[in-house]
Amino acid sequence: MSIKVKIVSPEKVLFAHDADMVVMPGSEGDIAAMPEHAPLMLTLRGGVVDVYEGDVVMHRFFVAGGFADIAPTHCTILADRALKVEDVSVDDAEARLAALEKSYEEADKMNVPALDILMDKIQSARAEIEAGQSAIPAMSI
Amino acid sequence: MASLKELRARIGSVKSTRKITSAMKMVAAAKLRRAETRAAAARPYADAMRRMLAEVGRSVAGEGGQPALLTGTGQDKVHLLVPMSSDRGLAGAFNSNINRTTRNLVLKLQAEGKTVKILPVGRKTYEFLSRDFADLIIGHRHLSASKEIPFSSATELGEQIASLLEKGEFDICTMVYNQFRNVMTQVPTEMQLIPLALPENDNTGNADVASYEFEPDEGTMLSSLLPRNLQVQLYATMLETAAGENGARMTAMDNATRNAGKAIDRLTLTYNRTRQTNITNELIEIISGAQAV
Repeated sequence: MSIKVKIVSPEKVLFAHDADMVVMPGSEGDIAAMPEHAPLMLTLRGGVVDVYEGDVVMHRFFVAGGFADIAPTHCTILADRALKVEDVSVDDAEARLAALEKSYEEADKMNVPALDILMDKIQSARAEIEAGQSAIPAMSI
Repeated sequence: MASLKELRARIGSVKSTRKITSAMKMVAAAKLRRAETRAAAARPYADAMRRMLAEVGRSVAGEGGQPALLTGTGQDKVHLLVPMSSDRGLAGAFNSNINRTTRNLVLKLQAEGKTVKILPVGRKTYEFLSRDFADLIIGHRHLSASKEIPFSSATELGEQIASLLEKGEFDICTMVYNQFRNVMTQVPTEMQLIPLALPENDNTGNADVASYEFEPDEGTMLSSLLPRNLQVQLYATMLETAAGENGARMTAMDNATRNAGKAIDRLTLTYNRTRQTNITNELIEIISGAQAV
């Protein structure tokens, strides 16, 4: 028993394969999609998606927010931007984080929706840095 | 009758034109293939987005206080038109179709007493519309100059439109673009972006599918799906425009190459006839000169 996992970015399908479990960063907490999961739609925050086959993480992807559609037989992740964790560039993400923090400083503190969006972007950039750093030791082993 | 030298020069120039048009045709064909691949690659996301939106839309249907991106402002006074053309010409009627459709639409809306604002995308339509409707244009952007259209260009455009809506700059947003039917046919199409017609749910066949749960709730989900959906739609039209542009250019250049071939044949015929006449004339002169001696 497995589920069909698809990770798509607006530009292309990144990953399409069967898996036993997918753990994704939901905006209100991490969620695992497994076979026979009740249909659920959720928004994602920036973070790492782990694709399990058996008890082993076979693939790790970083997603910068997006949506997920979980159903008993499949799980589709619509990522705003997605890439393999190995491909995450910490330097790029740090530069982006610095720029975002600067624009947060300068932003109009009364405009709450805009601040929320900036906060989400900052969170996503931080998660990307974390994901990038976590990938390095794994590769050196 | 043109002299032999003039004819030779003209044949030479048509031949080099043919070389250029046939090279452009090959380039357009290669680019078309790439553009079609990209459009196909972007489709799964758009499909999944449509499915989710239909699902969310179904569960919030009938509730009040829905986001303006879905329902519009409830008025019908100010129209924002977003015509999308290519940045370069030499693609047959591809861009002029867009320009003509947009102009007719502007005139029609103005005749109905609506206010029209234009946000052209692509250099060709911007240049055309800024001649007639310079005072209506509230901004413009080019398609990406690079070979590939990044999703970020659609994001920027989508955010621009959304923020214009938020400021109450327009009530209804319509996009004019070339729908890509096939390589030969691109149909200028008007598509209303705001208010949005929610896609119909297409899984009527399996009605026993349990209804979805949402996290966060439907309203929040909808308000985060809608801007993304707008961007996806814009991105899809950008890709279609890129594919259509190259398709139209390929067809136009194919015709031009064929026409050049015909012109060369015609000119060569005239050239040979003229040459023959000249020789005959010279012979007659020589013979009659010899007879006179």
